[in-house]
Amino acid sequence: MTIERAIQDAIVEHARRDHPDEACGVVAGPVGSDRPERLVPMLNAAMSTTFYEFDSTDLLRLYREMDDNDEEPVIIYHSHTATEAYPSRTDIALAQEPGAHYVLVSTREGADHPPQAGGTPTGDVDFRSFRIVDGQVTEEEVRVVERYDSVSTPSPRKAD
Amino acid sequence: MAIDVRIPTILRPYTGGERSVDGNGSTVSAVIEDLEGRFAGIRERLVDEAGGVRRFVNIYVNDEDIRFTGGLDTSVADDSTIVILPAVAGG
Repeated sequence: MTIERAIQDAIVEHARRDHPDEACGVVAGPVGSDRPERLVPMLNAAMSTTFYEFDSTDLLRLYREMDDNDEEPVIIYHSHTATEAYPSRTDIALAQEPGAHYVLVSTREGADHPPQAGGTPTGDVDFRSFRIVDGQVTEEEVRVVERYDSVSTPSPRKAD
Repeated sequence: MAIDVRIPTILRPYTGGERSVDGNGSTVSAVIEDLEGRFAGIRERLVDEAGGVRRFVNIYVNDEDIRFTGGLDTSVADDSTIVILPAVAGG
């Protein structure tokens, strides 16, 4: 999975902000491009430290918007705030977008930017990506680039 | 009369890959029965053992989540659009 640094940073920031509740959202991209371009942070309607769910009205609006833009959910992300950045049994059971990269972020080491001289954020927030298809979890490499146009176009995904 | 039913990616294997299919019926329940006749197995993905909408499936009639409009008994008309979306949720 290839992602721009600014988008990765924004996902991590979202997870820090919502800690200790789970944060969730989508990065949409052009259909078939496998390129996560448009970050859409979503409200966690469950407002929970152990569960996340998009609000059903927000969900409809999101999918309509993506349809209108010829986009699809390239990344579906959420945070774990007390456990590792690996899909839980619930995540696996409820994963229903076989084409998406499921990104897991963990803020279990704490969500605050450690106060340091220079103020550089260095909090350890794990960021991992998985495919979840038919209950099978496959971790994939996360490749962070400054800009997508600085790398060769990813090869198109195979049809489902 | 035909109702436009939007099928999410995860259920397109049932509809031969179609994103949108025509359905018939005067309630959501009847439309699902109609779809089941052509796309066997799809009902089980939408309706639970107790006969309600599955917890992690959302069905909308003209943009309204049917959980708030009478569930599977929600009426549909000729020009209605039904959208089916899997919940995005996890732990």
